[in-house]
Amino acid sequence: MAVKPRIKLDKKEAKKGDIVEVKALVSHVMETGQRRDATGKVVPRKILNKFACTVAGKQVFAADFETAISANPYIQFKFKAEQSGPVVLTWTDDDGSTIVGEETITVS
Amino acid sequence: MTPNFSRRRALALGAGAVGMAVLGASTGSALAKNDSEEAIKKFTGGKTPVQGKIKLDLPEIAENGNTVPMTVTVESPMTEQSHVTEVLIVADENPRSGVATFHFSPASGIAEANTRIRLASTQDVIAVAKMNDGSFFIASKQVKVTIGGCGG
Repeated sequence: MAVKPRIKLDKKEAKKGDIVEVKALVSHVMETGQRRDATGKVVPRKILNKFACTVAGKQVFAADFETAISANPYIQFKFKAEQSGPVVLTWTDDDGSTIVGEETITVS
Repeated sequence: MTPNFSRRRALALGAGAVGMAVLGASTGSALAKNDSEEAIKKFTGGKTPVQGKIKLDLPEIAENGNTVPMTVTVESPMTEQSHVTEVLIVADENPRSGVATFHFSPASGIAEANTRIRLASTQDVIAVAKMNDGSFFIASKQVKVTIGGCGG
């Protein structure tokens, strides 16, 4: 399942020390494993349980998601611009698969 | 007739017992909420968190419990000397208490995160922040939920 996350930085070019806001949205069912389908069978749990963001290889933000995160999880956070490089966002699914999205930040 | 009667009686008794059990279970869960308190204790390592420093932004009334926007901000200079390391979010009446844990570092610049959460019913959402010096802060906010967000 090739899911392409939607990622938006509030600025692509920043001065060193600026705060950059990241907004990201990814399509995912975020199934809790507590719901039952029409036949009464439990719908198996499927959650993106981990999220991490690195900028130029350095982790700036991470999150552990539980079942109470809505479907199609949205996440918004900030980081301090230190150096130019790729902004890589990674979501990890229960089955170990990952969804990766990338943007670039230029720091002057 | 006699065996039939006793069978009916047994069934009736059985049904009554099940009813009582269900009632008992539901009142029990209404009194004792989910494991949110234990989750907080585990997170703080038994320390008592202090009120303050956290701004938990949630709507007063959430019409749809499936997606409730939540912003958590922790007051901190976010320097190497003093910063927020983790923020735990729990909801005290969801089937499961855990909502999310956010991990921050000085590279975050500002300890702020926004996401959308599920709330099964009207309840308190609690945020606990862990600072790099080992202190803990806590804040909570009640959200009134019109339609629950757990498929029920």
